[in-house]
Amino acid sequence: MPLQFTFDHLFGGKNLSGNALVSIVSAGMSKFGRREGLYGRELFVEAASEAFERCPNLDPQKDIKAAFIGMMGESFEHQGHTGPTILDWIGLLPTQAFRTEGACGSSATAIRCGIFAVLSNLADVVLVGGVEKMTHRATADVTEYLAMACDFPFEQWNGLTFPGLFAMVATAHMHKYGTTEEQLASVAVKNHHHGCMNPKAHMQKEITLEKALSSRVVAWPLKLYDCSLITDGASCLILTKPELARKFTDTPVHIIGSGQASDTIGLYERRELTSLKVGKLAAKEAYRMAGLDSLDIDVAEVHDCFTIAEIVAYEDLGFCKQGEGGRFVEEGQSQIGGKVAVCTSGGLKSKGHPVGATGAAQAYEIFLQLTEQAGKRQVKGAEVGLTHNVGGLGATGVVNVYSRG
Amino acid sequence: MAETSIPFTIEGFYKFIQNGQLMGAVCNKCGKLSLPPKPICTKCLSRDLKWKELPQQGKLLTYTIIHISPKQFQSMTPYVVGIVQLGDGAQLPGMIRDIDLDNVKIGMNLTMEFEKEIISKDWPQWPRYYFKPI
Ligand SMILES: CC(C)(COP(=O)(O)OP(=O)(O)OC[C@H]1O[C@@H](n2cnc3c(N)ncnc32)[C@H](O)[C@@H]1OP(=O)(O)O)[C@@H](O)C(=O)NCCC(=O)NCCS
Ligand SMILES: [Zn+2]
Repeated sequence: MPLQFTFDHLFGGKNLSGNALVSIVSAGMSKFGRREGLYGRELFVEAASEAFERCPNLDPQKDIKAAFIGMMGESFEHQGHTGPTILDWIGLLPTQAFRTEGACGSSATAIRCGIFAVLSNLADVVLVGGVEKMTHRATADVTEYLAMACDFPFEQWNGLTFPGLFAMVATAHMHKYGTTEEQLASVAVKNHHHGCMNPKAHMQKEITLEKALSSRVVAWPLKLYDCSLITDGASCLILTKPELARKFTDTPVHIIGSGQASDTIGLYERRELTSLKVGKLAAKEAYRMAGLDSLDIDVAEVHDCFTIAEIVAYEDLGFCKQGEGGRFVEEGQSQIGGKVAVCTSGGLKSKGHPVGATGAAQAYEIFLQLTEQAGKRQVKGAEVGLTHNVGGLGATGVVNVYSRG
Repeated sequence: MAETSIPFTIEGFYKFIQNGQLMGAVCNKCGKLSLPPKPICTKCLSRDLKWKELPQQGKLLTYTIIHISPKQFQSMTPYVVGIVQLGDGAQLPGMIRDIDLDNVKIGMNLTMEFEKEIISKDWPQWPRYYFKPI
């Protein structure tokens, strides 16, 4: 493919109408949870070896020409320079390695870089993924490290935390649209239910609305069960050109649309406090490239770092109208069997949220769904999937649309 | 304060705060107000800017009550943080103090206050502002 042609698509030139940008030929994910005694790089070995084993036609040391690894923070493990460290531990030296950082969206930006790399013709096969090791740190310290993804001189300096920032979105949403604490809790009940069907989920436990509503306050109006988990985990995908995909597998999954956008680091600089502009812009671009719209999506993994974030995601992705996200979940439209199955993996809420690993872990779930490997939580006949990964309070947003190969 | 000598930076913003002034940067070319000040107008990319003093009263746009915080703030929990809309549409986040937790309401009128405490010797040496009900 001539260069001009491919870059046009990425930068918003032509409509691909469902043509694949790249294909996912394999994927892997470590067990998510409290993984005592393991470093991030060791967790990544679990993810990578699963991806290698799934794809016997791939010779990782020979075929993989570049790797992009998302990780949010050096503070957790007192370790930077993640790219080569990971590649050493998975036996891929001296392959070129890049670390991508976009807070909780770090590995979605790794996927984007992988798309750029493959479409540039500089690397036919790439490994993209992410990792974070968090649970060995005290909650107060994790809270501080995560807050580094928001503005230091004004937000962190005035005591804001991530639960606090999303709580301010929730307060504004409740005030503007009448969204209720029960509706927020419904997201948690649904995602815990889905997580019970995912053997790799951090927390495989059903909860009730009453239990969620009576849990302790973290940042009002958000309570314990409105928050995602502090989790250890790693995830990865193998991407290649669509025309090479069948060399590696009979059941590839194509990425047919992809968008990314940036916004102010500080929530306080925005006029709109009840939606995330990056989610809307990235979705618009991804749908346009895919030649599809929200009605075509069968299964979606959205960024439910807090219950309010999932409600905002329904609205930003066009699953329902602005302000109706609370009702959408309450009516069961986002559960398996509903209008669109959202967070079948259990989401960040119940599968867990090792921040750097989350974006690629969402794509891992869609890969399983579109290749009929999702076990008890399989969405029957799912043809089209979507991932929505947000960094910080929506300073980074990535949306991808996937189809069966 | 001699406004012309202060650069359009975060340090510059906090120098004014130390002096009890809330200042934003206004673009001389397109009129966009930036709070916090940035050394370039993000709308038209001009670097021709001037300081503008802003009113210290405003309305609460949204808020939260934080129970789980970093260590540094643990002695203050639960505390209220909100986003306040000041004059000319400028917005800032800040703690809301001197208020009963049950009485915090979106839309309430707040005014800015400045902490008198001695500023840390280490970085960052920023004075703190906060909001309280009028
Ligand atoms: C909510 C939060 C503060 C709770 O942490 P904590 O107070 O230290 O809780 P603990 O780890 O002591 O756990 C206490 C119990 O609650 C459970 N628990 C912890 N976090 C939970 C969560 N988010 N949801 C449900 N249960 C949770 C634990 O499993 C434990 O249960 P057990 O007693 O049966 O073992 C923490 O999970 C958190 O900060 N989450 C948000 C992470 C975040 O901001 N991510 C980035 C988003 S952009
Ligand atoms: Zn200007």
